[in-house]
Amino acid sequence: MIENIRLSFQGIWAHKMRSFLTMLGIIIGIAAIIAIVSTIKGTSEQIKDNLVGTSTNVVKVELYQGDWGYKSGDSSGGNTLPVFNDSLKDEILDLDEVTAVASYRLGSLYSGAMYGDNAVNNTTFVGVDEDYFSVMGYSVKKGRLFTEHDRKNHNKFIILDSVAADTLFAGEKDYIGKTVIIKNDAYVVIGVVEQQDSFSPKVENLNDWYTYYYNDASGKYFVTDDIWPMLFGFDEPYNVVVKPRSTEDMTKAGRKTADILNNYIGANNNANNNDGNEDESMGSSLKYRSEDLLEKAKALQEVSASTSKQLIWIASISLIVGGIGVMNIMLVSVTERTREIGLKKALGARKGVILAQFLTEAAVLTSLGGMIGVGAGIGLAYIISDVAKTPVAISGAAIVVSVVFSMVIGIVFGFIPSVKAANLNPIDALRYE
Amino acid sequence: MLLELKNIYKNYIQGNMDVPVLKNINLSIEEGEYVAIMGPSGSGKSTLMNIIGCIDKPTAGTYFLDGQEINTLKDRELSFVRNKQIGFVFQTFNLMPRQTALDNVGLPLQYAKVPKKERKRMCLEALDLVGLSDRVSFKPTQLSGGQKQRVAIARAMVNQPKILLADEPTGALDSKSGIQVMDLFRELHERGTTIIMITHSDEIASYADRMVKIIDGELIMGDEEASGQEVQDE
Ligand SMILES: Nc1ncnc2c1ncn2[C@@H]1O[C@H](COP(=O)(O)OP(=O)(O)O)[C@@H](O)[C@H]1O
Ligand SMILES: [Mg+2]
Repeated sequence: MIENIRLSFQGIWAHKMRSFLTMLGIIIGIAAIIAIVSTIKGTSEQIKDNLVGTSTNVVKVELYQGDWGYKSGDSSGGNTLPVFNDSLKDEILDLDEVTAVASYRLGSLYSGAMYGDNAVNNTTFVGVDEDYFSVMGYSVKKGRLFTEHDRKNHNKFIILDSVAADTLFAGEKDYIGKTVIIKNDAYVVIGVVEQQDSFSPKVENLNDWYTYYYNDASGKYFVTDDIWPMLFGFDEPYNVVVKPRSTEDMTKAGRKTADILNNYIGANNNANNNDGNEDESMGSSLKYRSEDLLEKAKALQEVSASTSKQLIWIASISLIVGGIGVMNIMLVSVTERTREIGLKKALGARKGVILAQFLTEAAVLTSLGGMIGVGAGIGLAYIISDVAKTPVAISGAAIVVSVVFSMVIGIVFGFIPSVKAANLNPIDALRYE
Repeated sequence: MLLELKNIYKNYIQGNMDVPVLKNINLSIEEGEYVAIMGPSGSGKSTLMNIIGCIDKPTAGTYFLDGQEINTLKDRELSFVRNKQIGFVFQTFNLMPRQTALDNVGLPLQYAKVPKKERKRMCLEALDLVGLSDRVSFKPTQLSGGQKQRVAIARAMVNQPKILLADEPTGALDSKSGIQVMDLFRELHERGTTIIMITHSDEIASYADRMVKIIDGELIMGDEEASGQEVQDE
């Protein structure tokens, strides 16, 4: 066997170019599969990681109109928007699955913010309560947070996240206490906050991805919800974010919170009671809905898994084509070595010996192709990761399976040529010119 | 009797014609004999030798080798016979071009599953026998014709077969190398090996004890064994 492997390498080396071209199909197929699997696995692990692995695991419960996120300024719902009070928050906090709750409002201004000559357009504003920063996992980087005093006095104070600070004060360091103009009004910057971990560039779901790359390009501006009406003439709805006791509780915490909020607006609205999270369309009626990160992550993982399955099918075609190439070259090799086979048989080689020799050669050829393919695939995965900014996770199992699978391809497609060689009549083979 | 051919026929199908190449061959050879087969080109000498060497099958007739009826053997058993009982030497040497003299000689031992260490010892011994101890790791391209043929003889003899079959072993050699090969054959014969050799040359044939002639597929005995057997058509 070892002798056969040694001879196979000798043969492959003797026909370097031919062997390489024969292996190419296998190399491309395996490289594609390894690259796909590594990229998909990386993405999938990142999704899971973000969900389970960070302390900033929160569930947002936002107001929807029908199937769509509620848009401010919509007259049909304008009067019914619930105003939050502390007893509502306490009710949510009483839930077993919830450890913290905060409310917030979102809005964006095209006119944006201006500091000196530097104007930043299309900025995102968040109106926050006293718990928002802690629930969302923000920490103070510079300056301070809002105080009870700031709220009571309706101070025109503003807090920025670091993206917003970098954009607005490009280069300038000492900007705490500086004045920023928003909607022709002056606001004083009192602090800069930052989300813990590498939270912000990571992506929990497609919405976040979208948010991060499009809406949040200029960062976030925080004000107290007490002064929110000064910035936005029309009402923006209150949304809620809750911190679940554990990752497993995320779904329940979100649903129960939505139930409480929907009961609340249901009573306010005198509308029919709904149980919050069913997917039945309620026309234009308003409804709180929890985003279900676990579900979304699963769905996202499934999407990537099924995409990768399709891609792997396509790559498999390359492997089959590669296999046929191997079969072809093995047939050529058998013909070329007819006399050698005849001689070996005349010297007493049994069929099995010849069969093993050619099968080994085919298997060595494709395994080698597989190994080169694995190397190329890993390289490719890192290139893709570099270009597309996706993470890579090399799967040891995928590497082993790929190499074994290439070997199997060699044995399967090498079988017919090898049998042909083994069955050669010794005298016909010896006389072959 | 070491080998016995009875009423051997060999036909080749050429187009839709059945071309007879061997016609009712009867030949017996005893252990230790040294037989030369002569005859014009195309008369069927090689065909006969290949049947004796168990790498070709007769169309009809029976062949006993060392008491075994070859026609009835399975492929696996035939391989065993080729490996253990017979050593083949060809006119054109038929060495593996990319392997050293040592590896070439080792092939039959490899098929006999002889352990590697033992294999090497036996190969060195065989190469020593043919006087090539100093060419052990040479490849065929680095050897002269006579040396190549001696490697082939070492390969044929390494498994210590009873019979050495040689199809025009000196045909591709100069006369000096040819005589070296004949000296080697004589030595092997003296050790008890049965030798059957095809040749065109009377001088080479004179090394043998007995000579048989084939003309047009029919055997003509060169000595007292020649008998009045009538040639039968099937
Ligand atoms: N495979 C074959 N198919 C058809 N004819 C063959 C084949 N092998 C040999 N022959 C014919 O058989 C005859 C004898 O050949 P061979 O035994 O090689 O002769 P020799 O060795 O005496 O020169 C020749 O006429 C040759 O053409
Ligand atoms: Mg001949």
